[in-house]
Amino acid sequence: MKIHQLSLFLENSPGKAMEPCRLLSASGVNIRTLTLADTQQFGILRLIVSDWERGRELLQAAGYIVNVTEVVAVEVDDRPGGLVRLLECLGSSGVNIEYMYAFTFGREGRAVLIFRFDRADVAIERLRASGINVLGALEL
Amino acid sequence: MTFHPASAPDYLPIPRMRELQLARLRGIVARAFERVPLFRQRMEERGLDPDCLSDLADLARLPFTTKSDLRDTYPFGLFASPMAEVVRLHASSGTTGKPIVVAYTHQDLEVWTSVMLRALAACGVTAGDVVQNAYGYGLFTGGLGAHYGAEALGATVIPISGGNTDRQINVMKDFGVTAICCTPSYFLHLVDRAGELGIDIRSLPLRAGIFGAEPWTDSMRRRIESEGGIRAFDIYGLTEIVGPGVGIECDCQDGLHLFEDHFYPEVIDPETGEVLPAGEEGELVLTTLSKQAMPLIRYRTRDITRLLTEPCPCGRTVRRMTRIARRSDDMLIIRGVNVFPSQIEAALLQVEGTLPHYQIILEREKGLDAMEVQVEVTPQVFSDEVRVLEGLHQRLVKALDHTLGLRVGVRLVAPRTLARSEGKAKRVVDRRES
Repeated sequence: MKIHQLSLFLENSPGKAMEPCRLLSASGVNIRTLTLADTQQFGILRLIVSDWERGRELLQAAGYIVNVTEVVAVEVDDRPGGLVRLLECLGSSGVNIEYMYAFTFGREGRAVLIFRFDRADVAIERLRASGINVLGALEL
Repeated sequence: MTFHPASAPDYLPIPRMRELQLARLRGIVARAFERVPLFRQRMEERGLDPDCLSDLADLARLPFTTKSDLRDTYPFGLFASPMAEVVRLHASSGTTGKPIVVAYTHQDLEVWTSVMLRALAACGVTAGDVVQNAYGYGLFTGGLGAHYGAEALGATVIPISGGNTDRQINVMKDFGVTAICCTPSYFLHLVDRAGELGIDIRSLPLRAGIFGAEPWTDSMRRRIESEGGIRAFDIYGLTEIVGPGVGIECDCQDGLHLFEDHFYPEVIDPETGEVLPAGEEGELVLTTLSKQAMPLIRYRTRDITRLLTEPCPCGRTVRRMTRIARRSDDMLIIRGVNVFPSQIEAALLQVEGTLPHYQIILEREKGLDAMEVQVEVTPQVFSDEVRVLEGLHQRLVKALDHTLGLRVGVRLVAPRTLARSEGKAKRVVDRRES
C-alpha cells in the first residue's frame, strides 16, 4: 500500500514554490499535502497529489525534473504518544526513515504521517502487524 | 561507399599537393601585395616581396594577420577585389567591439561550395539525404555555407535556419530528415525539447549530425550520439577564412581533415610566433590559397590544435588536425590562475558521467575575482533526498578544486534555467569590470 510522491528541484528564491502549485491547480490536480526541504541554495518540493501521473506529466511538460518516489502514509491518533507508538513498532525492524512529514487537518482526531523508508515493504508489514492503519491513495 | 568527384583533391598525392599549394601561395601573396595596402606595408617593413617564396617553408617569414587587423580596417580595408566583383558580404557578430566583414567573388563562392560539399561527403552525406540546415541564415556564414554545399551535393536541403525549436522537431519528424547541420549545443537542446514532447529522436530516420561553430568535447559527442541515435561529426571553419568548410571529420572521427588545397595550415607557438615542429600543439594559423576578394595571409585563428601527420585510414591524404578543445584567448585568469572552460567541463563530467549544462559566472568581490559555476540539475542526478544533492554539490566543489587548483563556488540550478542560445552556448559570463 504505497503512495506515489512527486519531488521537484527548486532554486531557493522567492516565488519558486508557487509556480508548480499554480500549474497543478490550473489543471485541476489537487495537492493533498506537501513539504519543502530546503538548504541555503536549493529546495526539494515533495508533493502528494490527487492524480500523480497527470501531475508528473504537467510538471515535466513545463520543464521540471520530477522524481517519483513511493512513500508510506500512516494514520495515527492525533494525541500525545501517537507517533511514539508507531516508531516503537518499527524499532527492532532495522528499517530506516529517510524522512517524514505529517498533516493533521481535516482528519477528525487522526493525523497522517508520510514516511520515506529505505525498505518500505518491511515497514508496511510491521505496521500492519501492530494494527496501525496504512493508507492507500484513495483514503488520502 | 561512393566517392564524389569533387572530393578528388582530398586524395591528391602529397608531393602533388605541395606543388599546388606553393603555386597558389605565390599567386595569393602577389595578389595581396598588389591590392591590400596594409599587407604591402608590412611586407615592405620587413624588406620582403612576393618573390621571396621559393618554398612553402618561406611562408614563415611573412607577417601575421590578426582579428584586430580586420576590426581596424572595418569594413572593407582588406578587400582585394573591387566591389563590382564582390558578390556577397558576410559579417561576424563580434561579441566584443566592432563586427568584421568578409567578401566573396563568384569564384570564392564556388570554392566555398566545393569545400562544404567535400565536408558533407566526408561525413557520408549523399544525394539521397534530407538535410535539415538549422544554422542561422543571414550575415552568419553557417547557414548559407552549409546550404550551398548540401545543394551542390544533390541532397534535399531544408533551409529552416535556427530557432523555433518545436517546428524544427516537427520538420525533422514529418520530412524524414536524415542529416542535420547546427551547433552541438542546439542539437542537445532539440533532443531535450523532443523528449519533453514525447518524441524520441532515436526512433527517427536521422543518422548524422554535422556540428560546428563552437568548441565541443568528446563527452558531449558521446551524449549526442547516444541520446540522438546518430553519428556526430565535427566541422571546422571561421568567418575570416571562408565560413564552415575549412576542416571536417571523416568516418574515422579521429581528427579533422583540412581542405589544404585552399587553406594552408601552420601551427605556431602563440607566445613567440615561431612555427612549431610537425605534430606539436600550438595555435593554428591559416593562409587562404585561393580567395580572391579577401585573401588572408597567416591568419591567427587563436584555436589550439596540433597537426596529425600519420595517414588516415579513410585514404584521404589531406592533413588532419586534432579537434579544437580550446582557444588561446578563451583562457580565464582567476586570481592569477589560468583556467580553461575545457577543464571545468572535464571536472563536471568526471562527477556526473555526462556533461550537464553549465555556466561560469565571474565577478569581482572586494577587489578579488570570484568564480561561480552554475550547474543545471539533470534527471540522472536529481534525488528527493537533500543529502544526495548536497553530496553531489560537495563532489562538484571537490572535483573543480582538484582540477583547477582553485576554490570556486558551485550552485545547483533548476533545469533549463541557464540561457540556451539558439546558436552558440554562452559558457562564460564575465561581470568583472574591465
